[in-house]
Amino acid sequence: MLNKIIASLDQSVADIPDGATIMIGGFGDAGMPEGLVQALIRHHARHLTLISNHAGRGETGIGQLIRQGRVRKMVCSFPQAKSATVLSEFLRAGKIELELTPQGTLAERIRAGGSGIEGFYTPTGYGTEIAEGKPTMTFDGIDCVFERALKADFSFVRARRGDRWGNLTYNQSSRNFNPPMAMAGRCTIAEVDEVVELGAIHPEQVVTPGIFVQRVVKTEKPS
Amino acid sequence: MSKTPLTREQIAQRIAQDLPDGCYVNLGIGIPTLCGNYIPKDREVILHSENGVLGGGPKPAPGQEDPNLINAGKEFITLLPGGSFSHQADSFSMTRGRHVDFAVLGGMQVSARGDLANWKVPGAPMGAIGGAMDIASGAKQVFVAMTHVTNKNEPKIVHQLTYPVTALKCVTRIFTDLAVIDVTPGGLVLRELALGFTVEDVQAVTEPKLTVAATLRDAIRP
Repeated sequence: MLNKIIASLDQSVADIPDGATIMIGGFGDAGMPEGLVQALIRHHARHLTLISNHAGRGETGIGQLIRQGRVRKMVCSFPQAKSATVLSEFLRAGKIELELTPQGTLAERIRAGGSGIEGFYTPTGYGTEIAEGKPTMTFDGIDCVFERALKADFSFVRARRGDRWGNLTYNQSSRNFNPPMAMAGRCTIAEVDEVVELGAIHPEQVVTPGIFVQRVVKTEKPS
Repeated sequence: MSKTPLTREQIAQRIAQDLPDGCYVNLGIGIPTLCGNYIPKDREVILHSENGVLGGGPKPAPGQEDPNLINAGKEFITLLPGGSFSHQADSFSMTRGRHVDFAVLGGMQVSARGDLANWKVPGAPMGAIGGAMDIASGAKQVFVAMTHVTNKNEPKIVHQLTYPVTALKCVTRIFTDLAVIDVTPGGLVLRELALGFTVEDVQAVTEPKLTVAATLRDAIRP
């Protein structure tokens, strides 16, 4: 029997090793797998590479992991100075590496990573500082920059409902980065509001088919 | 006549007049967001929010806010009938794939050929890109809303960008507190002036040479 349900948040992250690359879904607080991030904070893994749109808010969440010196590299699009204060401080001290990528390019690199596409050319970022050192090409007069796919050892996603096969639905704009990250994680862990029986999610309404999800765990804080 | 620059609200109102019925529009943060308040009642303009909302509606009534329904500025919104949600890669396919008709964005600098700088000041150690580059390079038309000069009275419309580039050759029309200017293959064309301002006034705070449109008129008409 295929059963991806895990009993607890802590158990779902217990095997994350040092050096792991982890994707974390969400846009601001919407769709952020907060319970999994808290479980990761309680866990010991270090030398992590984190991929997320934002880089934490103050000393909480990703900010707390950075503060604890457990993040080697951050890949993100929107490390806003007033919220990503810990990242900013660690960057100045040379204690973390930052890879800045435009938000749509970030999403597409993640989708590519989950789809067997190792890289692609896009006009976004051509002629800007984020294109420095990357190959460029012109197609039908459109100048493009080459971007590599992103993959992760673990992806943390936040969903509304999940079943034991890993099928997921989301809650409105909280969908955001979660479906592409689910595709790009070798082990995708879904923190869900509600665990439901197989068939309870209408097949036309499954947003992330279960094949992309390895673990489903119930949240402690439904959104 | 006294010189009367447009207010932020008036710039937004002026831009809204140029968004046609039935178009898809992405509004940036700041003055662009205000455009949503001034869409003429007889037009249906569909808003795209890059965090995955197409067909976003006005602010919810007090007490009706839903943390799972926000726009790209992380403000609470509503969804209009016909609206939809998409994940981040599909949402950006809408802009990167040239499906969004207009982007209205803030600007720090615009060059004579329509290069845009709006994501960070020179020398900033970090800088938050967000969707700025994808939207500026992907929308069919890019309208920029900004003050005509910096708070040090330096021109923001320049020969060449000195601020970090967001996207090259993307801006099609510039709306400032002093003027409406088109970016054309032949250079910048001054189309409208704020009340009381002359062509010379605007040229004096604009680096590239402006061509004056034969149809030059007031930006806000009484």
